Amino acid sequence: MSDEGRKPEDVTGADARWRLSRRSFLSQLGAAGVAATTVPLAAASPAAVAPATVVDGKEAIEGAIPVNLRINGKVLNLEIDPRATLLDCLREYANLTGTKKGCDHGQCGACTVHINGRRVNSCLTLAAMHEGDEITTIEGLGEPGSLHPMQAAFVEHDGYQCGYCTSGQIMSAVALLKEPCGHTDADVKELMSGNICRCGAYPNIVAAVQHVRRQA
Amino acid sequence: MEMFRFTKAADVPQAIQAAAQSKTAQQGAEVRFIAGGTTLLDLMKLNVERPGQVIDINRLPLDKVEKLPDGRLKIGALVRNSDLAHHPDVQRDYAVLSQALLSGASAQLRNMATTGGNLLQRTRCMYFRNDAMACNKREPGSGCPAIEGENRTLAILGTSKDCIATNPSDMNVAMTALEATVHIQGAKGERDVPIGEFFLLPGNTPHRENVLESGDLITYVTLPAPRTNSKQVYLKLRDRASYEFALSSAAVVVETSGGKVTFARVALGGVATKPWRSVEAERVLLNKSADEKTFRLAAEAALHGAVPQSQNGFKVELAKRCIVHALNTATKTA
Repeated sequence: MSDEGRKPEDVTGADARWRLSRRSFLSQLGAAGVAATTVPLAAASPAAVAPATVVDGKEAIEGAIPVNLRINGKVLNLEIDPRATLLDCLREYANLTGTKKGCDHGQCGACTVHINGRRVNSCLTLAAMHEGDEITTIEGLGEPGSLHPMQAAFVEHDGYQCGYCTSGQIMSAVALLKEPCGHTDADVKELMSGNICRCGAYPNIVAAVQHVRRQA
Repeated sequence: MEMFRFTKAADVPQAIQAAAQSKTAQQGAEVRFIAGGTTLLDLMKLNVERPGQVIDINRLPLDKVEKLPDGRLKIGALVRNSDLAHHPDVQRDYAVLSQALLSGASAQLRNMATTGGNLLQRTRCMYFRNDAMACNKREPGSGCPAIEGENRTLAILGTSKDCIATNPSDMNVAMTALEATVHIQGAKGERDVPIGEFFLLPGNTPHRENVLESGDLITYVTLPAPRTNSKQVYLKLRDRASYEFALSSAAVVVETSGGKVTFARVALGGVATKPWRSVEAERVLLNKSADEKTFRLAAEAALHGAVPQSQNGFKVELAKRCIVHALNTATKTA
């Protein structure tokens, strides 16, 4: 975003330095600790969305704005680059990397999350637009041991191959349960068309969605 | 994406005052309103849009659909496409609009995209979207390589020697067939613009796409009182069955009596530089027998002035068959 042409997953040159330090930093924190320590986290992982400078011995983000986001029931007080999409904010500031970046242009659905219970492409909305909203990511849906029925159905029906689109598919499928949708597989395919699976797991994805709809 | 100042508008006058600082409300605007963000952020990531200030208007009270006492339907600019498509009044009285909305984009995007934003949806022309290419719409005077280049999906109606970009919206086509009115609030007050006058032909100023001036905010759209005897159909033809822009689409609103057409509105999408109302087709239809022969004559009239390019000649026949099929479907539903 801020640094044109550089993708967050590039681990070369200058990127390698921040990414390695971020990784090693995060490796010392448990998942619970991550959610509770957002301010140092924000300072430690800004590079994908903002140029970092060192002020008073602390990394600061130029032009950063304060944003309070409620994600998976927890309030995070963040200082973010105003350009940060909700997707980048989730991944790079909140360390919720279950939400994936695919096309970054609203064409693939990998970044699908829920805002106030409705599915949206998190790549095409600014994080700063969502103060006061209830944001739910795949991490907030269920965890190993207590999976959401849709997550369990994807496992049971083998609704994935590489898995990159899966969190977006599941977030879409869960939202679909509350939307007007006919009973047929074709109806499900139409309402799931915003989620692309390049492995071609579509038949199993539809089976998983229909399985949960029949149980509901 | 270039850095911008992010602000939230507390009310409509504040939003207008801030946006009025921009030299233009068209391509190159320094100040942009953001609602759904599905067009704006996409284009900001491509450096096609580079506003210095982005004003979040999502908290403005423009998110209601209301029936007015005179029977018109008032649709707030911030009503999301999915909410509008599923609104009971829209489904019952303006079915063509509901069908058009649900044929566009994906469920996620429809949850985000707004009525006002969809009116301002930008073209998918690949030359416009790629800032390494020349494009008269993005950079006036730089040329239109689409005319000699990749133009399969581009327009055959309303084009000029400077621009052949297609208006990509489905909603706009239905709104055109329904004769919607766009309500605008701006630095100089409020005004109502019929949708047929809202969009501009490219001519030699393709960077100007509509009548909006600096500071102008679309506040709501109204639809005329419902024509309860009309049959309405939106037919969209495209390369994929779902989640794809139209190669050709038709929105038709038709009334018949005793086998004759007594009222007809025909608008086309995917083939024109703006949502394309065909009064020529409507004239052919009126008071004629509602059959395939009449529909074919209407389709011929609609495409009479078409100017195909090297790769999109197929759209001429496709658009005609789209019109005929839509009219057949509309008049055959009981």
